[in-house]
Amino acid sequence: MREWADFIAETGADGAIRVALSGPLCVSSVGRMDARLRALEGQVEAVDLTQVTGFDTVGAWIVVRLAEERGAKITGGSDEAMRLIAAVRGDHIDEELVDKTLTAAASEDEDEAALPEQAAQKVGGFVTAYLEGMVKLIGFLGALIIAAGSLITHPKRFRIVALVRQLELSGVGALPIVGLMSFLIGIVIAQQGAVQLRQFGAEIYTVNLTGRLSMRELGILMTAIMFAGRSGSSFAAQIGTMKLTEEIDAMRTIGVSPMEALVVPRIVAALLIMPLLGFYAAVLAIIGGAFISMFALDIPFFTFLVRIREVVPLHDIWVGLIKAPLFGLIIALAGCYQGMQVQGNSEEVGLRTTVAVVQGIFAVIVLDAFFAVFFTEVGWG
Amino acid sequence: MNSPETQDEPAVVVTGLKNSFGSHVVHENLDLTVRRGEILGVVGGSGTGKSVLLRSIIGLQPPTEGHIEVLGAQVSEERDPDEIDVRSRWGVLFQGGALFSTLTVAENIEVPLKEFHPEIGDELRREIALYKIKLAGLPEDAADKFPSELSGGMRKRAGLARALALDPELLFLDEPTAGLDPIGAASFDELTRELQETLGHTVFLITHDLDTLYEICDRVAVLADKRVIAVGTIPELLALDHPWIQEYFNGPRGRAAQSAQRRAKAKAMDKIRKAGA
Repeated sequence: MREWADFIAETGADGAIRVALSGPLCVSSVGRMDARLRALEGQVEAVDLTQVTGFDTVGAWIVVRLAEERGAKITGGSDEAMRLIAAVRGDHIDEELVDKTLTAAASEDEDEAALPEQAAQKVGGFVTAYLEGMVKLIGFLGALIIAAGSLITHPKRFRIVALVRQLELSGVGALPIVGLMSFLIGIVIAQQGAVQLRQFGAEIYTVNLTGRLSMRELGILMTAIMFAGRSGSSFAAQIGTMKLTEEIDAMRTIGVSPMEALVVPRIVAALLIMPLLGFYAAVLAIIGGAFISMFALDIPFFTFLVRIREVVPLHDIWVGLIKAPLFGLIIALAGCYQGMQVQGNSEEVGLRTTVAVVQGIFAVIVLDAFFAVFFTEVGWG
Repeated sequence: MNSPETQDEPAVVVTGLKNSFGSHVVHENLDLTVRRGEILGVVGGSGTGKSVLLRSIIGLQPPTEGHIEVLGAQVSEERDPDEIDVRSRWGVLFQGGALFSTLTVAENIEVPLKEFHPEIGDELRREIALYKIKLAGLPEDAADKFPSELSGGMRKRAGLARALALDPELLFLDEPTAGLDPIGAASFDELTRELQETLGHTVFLITHDLDTLYEICDRVAVLADKRVIAVGTIPELLALDHPWIQEYFNGPRGRAAQSAQRRAKAKAMDKIRKAGA
């Protein structure tokens, strides 16, 4: 059991109080007693420390406070206790300062009470931060265009090794997971579609549903989300960490442009890899659909695939392939941009990485909604 | 390397520099001249903007106001066609080494060589890199190691090797001995001095290390009150009556460094005397 500090207060005939402290007077044991001690009213004549078994600076502080505020005399303290008391007495804390720091915290709470005003402040803060972010993003895009322009005029400076490395990391490395995910999604679409369509006796349209949905929408969209999670985040974290370790500064002083060396290869890699990954994902989703249709619909595997050729128009593939590089560009831009914005500490890296992924996925979905309407309107429905 | 007419021209001239972040002014009216061939130490309390000054000089921090000239070229103006040229004539050692973590030590040293002199063949480039590794006092087997496999002291030496890759006329060192044990720090100081004597480059060095100041710096610049309040040899600085300078050099640590240097000198004299006898 923990031992707590305690005290007994005796009021003498003249109204003065004598306090006898007992137990260990340490940071771990004084907490319960302090409020009662503060509640004592009137002058304290003496503080008796003979029963005290342990002592540290917090205990000493409490004793000194009693002595100085209430004019108590200290009696019965051990040598060690008296030494601590003397030390604490030297570092007197102004009681006003305690009040001030406490009320400062309290007044912040009061600010929160003024809700309408605070809401307006928050909205204003968001708006200015958003505008600043836009300006920075435009600056980043400008720098990127300059870098791309100078690389077009000096193609020898293009970092082919970095590009291949990124293609491997974000492209080849993503094949297993994107493939598995798409295969499973194909299964889900076909199976759920079959269940619903059976109610109308239209199970055969499961093939249309799986094929067209995979090629037009889900193949690319799910790949983009996976790409944001795998590569967008790693772009942000990698570049952010390089900012923290001054690697980017070192590059600049050597004359290597971080835009050319880090950002351009990643963005080019994203532009190249997303159409390939997206098409691959769509194909695997169709295979997944064909696989489950064998069991759910009794359509033979290859019959399903042959049907796909008949029901999926060529422009569905174009719809997917046109969207893919754009999605890749947006995700890679968000990742690289957020990475370059990292400043100060490692917490920022985590924060910026999160923002990169969230922004990337959000922008991709917004754009996808726009494209869905657009392509139908132009006759690629 | 240096033509005679550029020899007298200062390595770095900073005039009227002002740096501010929002309403926080770090430097105001800061003037500083670094002479050719000297080792200049820059000292100052925490938060006086030593690193910001370094970043301004090497063009990482565009100054709010003022003019900076490095090796006769201007860095403050963006996209000067000469800029690339200046960058190939200096070397920078960052505080943590700032090695490229995905490259080995040798590859790190090859980065500036590749950037500025793509005409150098692979074989010669690797030879240069290995030589710089030796020059920086690293064991040969460090060449194929990644920065994460090196100790803090070795990382700094590798950073120094990279800074020396292009045989720079001007070397910037940001707290080269911070975080090193006393033996490592002393040998790094010695290395800095030896390299300077052999290669004849100018060194601009930010430090907190009083031993470094006493041992190797020709002149010391003191940063306080948002500007350089004094530049000179340590005795010259001690003659000034500035409270911060007095406290810095005459504090317990300052005196210890001073007497260490005296002992070292006496030892050296002893040796000479004995050799003479």
